[in-house]
Amino acid sequence: MRLAAAANEAYTAPLAVSGLLGCKQCGGGRDQDEELGIRIPRPLGQGPSRFIPEKEILQVGSEDAQMHALFADSFAALGRLDNITLVMVFHPQYLESFLKTQHYLLQMDGPLPLHYRHYIGIMAAARHQCSYLVNLHVNDFLHVGGDPKWLNGLENAPQKLQNLGELNKVLAHRPWLITKEHIEGLLKAEEHSWSLAELVHAVVLLTHYHSLASFTFGCGISPEIHCDGGHTFRPPSVSNYCICDITNGNHSVDEMPVNSAENVSVSDSFFEVEALMEKMRQLQECRDEEEASQEEMASRFEIEKRESMFVFSSDDEEVTPARDVSRHFEDTSYGYKDFSRHGMHVPTFRVQDYCWEDHGYSLVNRLYPDVGQLIDEKFHIAYNLTYNTMAMHKDVDTSMLRRAIWNYIHCMFGIRYDDYDYGEINQLLDRSFKVYIKTVVCTPEKVTKRMYDSFWRQFKHSEKVHVNLLLIEARMQAELLYALRAITRYMT
Amino acid sequence: AGKKRTTSGEGRERQRLPARRFRTTSPAALRADSVDGGSLLAPLLGLTDRAFSDCPDLADGAMEKMSRVTTALGGSVLTGRTMHCHLDAPANAISVCRDAAQVVVAGRSIFKIYAIEEEQFVEKLNLRVGRKPSLNLSCADVVWHQMDENLLATAATNGVVVTWNLGRPSRNKQDQLFTEHKRTVNKVCFHPTEAHVLLSGSQDGFMKCFDLRRKDSVSTFSGEATEAGPWEWAMAGWVPVLPVISCCILRLYHSFAHGPMQDAESRANDARESWGCLLYPLGLCSGPQAGQSESVRDVQFSIRDYFTFASTFENGNVQLWDIRRPDRCERMFTAHNGPVFCCDWHPEDRGWLATGGRDKMVKVWDMTTHRAKEMHCVQTIASVARVKWRPECRHHLATCSMMVDHNIYVWDVRRPFVPAAMFEEHRDVTTGIAWRHPHDPSFLLSGSKDSSLCQHLFRDASQPVERANPEGLCYGLFGDLAFAAKESLVAAESGRKPYTGDRRHPIFFKRKLDPAEPFAGLASSALSVFETEPGGGGMRWFVDTAERYALAGRPLAELCDHNAKVARELGRNQVAQTWTMLRIIYCSPGLVPTANLNHSVGKGGSCGLPLMNSFNLKDMAPGLGSETRLDRSKGDARSDTVLLDSSATLITNEDNEETEGSDVPADYLLGDVEGEEDELYLLDPEHAHPEDPECVLPQEAFPLRHEIVDTPPGPEHLQDKADSPHVSGSEADVASLAPVDSSFSLLSVSHALYDSRLPPDFFGVLVRDMLHFYAEQGDVQMAVSVLIVLGERVRKDIDEQTQEHWYTSYIDLLQRFRLWNVSNEVVKLSTSRAVSCLNQASTTLHVNCSHCKRPMSSRGWVCDRCHRCASMCAVCHHVVKGLFVWCQGCSHGGHLQHIMKWLEGSSHCPAGCGHLCEYS
Repeated sequence: MRLAAAANEAYTAPLAVSGLLGCKQCGGGRDQDEELGIRIPRPLGQGPSRFIPEKEILQVGSEDAQMHALFADSFAALGRLDNITLVMVFHPQYLESFLKTQHYLLQMDGPLPLHYRHYIGIMAAARHQCSYLVNLHVNDFLHVGGDPKWLNGLENAPQKLQNLGELNKVLAHRPWLITKEHIEGLLKAEEHSWSLAELVHAVVLLTHYHSLASFTFGCGISPEIHCDGGHTFRPPSVSNYCICDITNGNHSVDEMPVNSAENVSVSDSFFEVEALMEKMRQLQECRDEEEASQEEMASRFEIEKRESMFVFSSDDEEVTPARDVSRHFEDTSYGYKDFSRHGMHVPTFRVQDYCWEDHGYSLVNRLYPDVGQLIDEKFHIAYNLTYNTMAMHKDVDTSMLRRAIWNYIHCMFGIRYDDYDYGEINQLLDRSFKVYIKTVVCTPEKVTKRMYDSFWRQFKHSEKVHVNLLLIEARMQAELLYALRAITRYMT
Repeated sequence: AGKKRTTSGEGRERQRLPARRFRTTSPAALRADSVDGGSLLAPLLGLTDRAFSDCPDLADGAMEKMSRVTTALGGSVLTGRTMHCHLDAPANAISVCRDAAQVVVAGRSIFKIYAIEEEQFVEKLNLRVGRKPSLNLSCADVVWHQMDENLLATAATNGVVVTWNLGRPSRNKQDQLFTEHKRTVNKVCFHPTEAHVLLSGSQDGFMKCFDLRRKDSVSTFSGEATEAGPWEWAMAGWVPVLPVISCCILRLYHSFAHGPMQDAESRANDARESWGCLLYPLGLCSGPQAGQSESVRDVQFSIRDYFTFASTFENGNVQLWDIRRPDRCERMFTAHNGPVFCCDWHPEDRGWLATGGRDKMVKVWDMTTHRAKEMHCVQTIASVARVKWRPECRHHLATCSMMVDHNIYVWDVRRPFVPAAMFEEHRDVTTGIAWRHPHDPSFLLSGSKDSSLCQHLFRDASQPVERANPEGLCYGLFGDLAFAAKESLVAAESGRKPYTGDRRHPIFFKRKLDPAEPFAGLASSALSVFETEPGGGGMRWFVDTAERYALAGRPLAELCDHNAKVARELGRNQVAQTWTMLRIIYCSPGLVPTANLNHSVGKGGSCGLPLMNSFNLKDMAPGLGSETRLDRSKGDARSDTVLLDSSATLITNEDNEETEGSDVPADYLLGDVEGEEDELYLLDPEHAHPEDPECVLPQEAFPLRHEIVDTPPGPEHLQDKADSPHVSGSEADVASLAPVDSSFSLLSVSHALYDSRLPPDFFGVLVRDMLHFYAEQGDVQMAVSVLIVLGERVRKDIDEQTQEHWYTSYIDLLQRFRLWNVSNEVVKLSTSRAVSCLNQASTTLHVNCSHCKRPMSSRGWVCDRCHRCASMCAVCHHVVKGLFVWCQGCSHGGHLQHIMKWLEGSSHCPAGCGHLCEYS
């Protein structure tokens, strides 16, 4: 925060601008700077993502018109071209909707004041110890006139925001425990009470940032250059180094040595794809023929639910949250607990009784106009996004696979689709993939590059990013459903 | 000019229940307001002089008896009362048996048949049997066949379509199971006349048509199918087939002509034959197409057209299908923005389809024309979950909502803002509605998530229309005021005098009844038109005052003086006096020696203690209040009076004061009669009288004071007369000045008392009353100006909401007069949070690109078209987002600091253009 606070606009914007516009006079400028004794920061990471080799990611400057417009929009809205955008641009259609929504949530008309919005974003991201997002929003928070004192911890923020802490906690880790009492507690807190519209805004922000934290970890987003851990002041070892490259992230670092393990498993993973496609074909064909009994179907959901809790990465690396991040949230011990593991019985959430399209949308749009529409659009795009490709195959109908992923995530949150055969999940998603999904969605801070690499080895990075989009949207919807249902119950 | 009587019935319904919002939609109203004053009243209520009726079509509907084969009310009239019964679980859908005596309720964990008896619902059958609850029993929808009392179908949330035969001897009545849908089935629908045809629509985007005598569907319709043009229809080789079909139709109808009496076996044979020849030989049973298609939310067979059904989709589309052509729909159009949750065919009018969607609209489409035409649109307050036409009432339909709103509304589609009836029994969202009998408009059944089943009687419904008082007020271009109200309301009001023929009195007239008018039943509104005399209602003073007043930036005393001067120049003496007094109250430097003061107070007869004086003054404050109250009661003693500081509202209203009765604001006139003066002088002996003005005068230390006191009432009066030529009767003017004069003397007492160290706070009550008085008179300008000028001094005495109300009224007025600058200043100076944030919301600055000269729509500093950043800094080559300074000689510029710094070291332009820039 200290550094983030110091990083003023004149410092971040120029870098991004020259990235956008292409720099022509960098050489002279650099010399001059050096003469002036200004320390020039260099990026530490290699490109926007730690998981995805830089060359795979779209280079700024080589984008097409649509992407360019997106970049311009993003830059204009945020004053920067952040790494999330650079990774998401694999899927420009989604990115557009994402940016529109985020811009609306943070900057357009809404019941909450601007600095509250960023602070809520910080709170949400801090729940997952996502220092990347926290740093970004600390900057923004100060920029819109937030009180720096608040950044010392939640206890320094107004009572009203402190009250939100509990909801944030539950929502992030165990959304199924949200009851209408939580809502009532927030709405009826004397002078610190929230209005319904404010609450809906806050809930949308919280869920947005929880899931965005998942994306950040899931794709291994590198810290921004101007943030902590994103840069170094050590002089570059390569002599022909140009400031222009820093800004673009185009510095010519040698390609990552190809993982030897990857080489070995190429043939292996080739079969992986084939097998997956075969399974999809089989499921497609035999679905009509053999029909599982009702009991069978019901138990499959339970099985999947139960299994999902054993799916956990064996390599639990201890991640110690950076100090400055942890102070934004209290009760660090409160984490994801499996839906079915703890003693109390939580009834299954049936989508057919409360779904986003019918109920959630109407509620959000009523209390926070236009946002329902934007989120609805985003869900829709994420759910329906397909290029009909799978790894090296073309013209594949991936709807079944996407639905399996989506429903698996909802299943982990205890949300059940009556009309889905949960046996399909087991057939389509292998163990390493499940580990990845579960980690990204439930404990994103524990995602490692190994996990990222070990699932779907033959698939392209863009496809893995696609999976991440599905994950974060499904997660956001799950959290929203629980929160909105509680609000609905409170209202009736 | 300007003497126009607007008598046209252009009044629009603007009142919308139940949102209770009032809209002013008439552009004439808005325009007129800015021309003429009194706009304070304009937004109060919408105008409607249209009358309405409850159900005009009962007779028509009854005449047009249907020839279709359905059950009719065979002599026995339905009876019952409004009642409800508790279910064990939330209901998802209900359906009524054709005998109108049974209703089936289905939900996730309930599936029961209830008999509707006279006084109560009686559970008749529980169809949910079996040990383990199966998902097949978790119903999303249920439908009861309208031909066969024993046949039911349910749509399960897991995608199964189940049919039930109540005639089965066993406990389990489940008949058939169709497991063809991959996703939840949202809707099932029986063919209205064909016994064995069932249609289902599912989340997976397919509609399937089942023949109940076969194990699987006979045809599948895909939501993504494209529309068939009429020419294709002809080209597809249908012409030769048509005779076959028509023959089948004949046979089908023939088979039903025998009615239910015919034994089931022969009917089945007949039907099989007919459907067989319709569907199978033609080879139209195409399989489902792969690919993502939109979810189907509702399917409904047309009641009038044998082969047609409509389907609605999650993406807002509505499709029309021919049951014989599963390959493509006949027609497709986008009906709603967002999912269309429901649709219903009109039982009488062929081709009328009502649709309801998440966008909170109910639309009625005419499908008989070439393009589907939107005929009516009803705006509800929540997403529409179900819509059902009301039997026998051509324009009525019932709706219930999916979220938030628990009521059931019956709308007259021609009257889209106020529901005709409203049922408020349910505590949670209503999920299913059904009219009990297809020919009886008075019984409505409903099931809800609150686990209850209700029978509503139409006569017990609450009718929002009844509670609404349709009144309207509108200003004409030249200041005419039209007022319309239901005649019963007008007549009920006492004190109204009949129309006398004087043009300045309202003209009451009765509207001619127009039978074509939708709400002709109560067409007896009274319309009154009031005219202004030319030149009378000018609002010039308002504009001038607004522009010239000083509200901040100077010491209080100066502000008051300035404003007093402005007011006086505009001939508003009372206002001027008020300002002066305010100055006296709040800015007295206390130069007067105390001894002197004591002396003057002592003259008042009381002891010399200030405490005592304050006591007296408190008595006086209510006295002032009663003074205005007295004015009120004297309202109609005189018809032509002029208020010096009145707003045009009052002036325009004064014409009608005789007929309006004594309680309209028009009568808050100051200075009506001589008796008025008496009242004031009644107060005088106690406080003001002993304190002779002459005695106080020498103590006065302010220059302005002199001016005020020296201004005799006479000249002011004359000046005023010159300004307002419409003044009639100089007596009135003298009278109106009198109270000003006397209140002045009252206030001079206060001044004296203040000097004896009375804190200005002490006058808070008085000032507050004064502000309220002005605001109530319609001069909200004065109230707000004083509020701003005095700031903290009075703010605490007036409650937040009132202040906010004043501010918003004043700002509204200013904006109507296009005094944007003044209104902005007021917003800025206001301390009310709600008001000051007006300036922060939706402020837009439009910028043009410096390269292509086009407006930059999305961002202020990146042009979409030429993809360049506008306003680059010539020094740092980055975009300037804040202050941009540029040289007028070479038009280069940049960040203020950068340019300043640059020009310290160099005199040339930083852009390198060679220009010698100067920074000053």
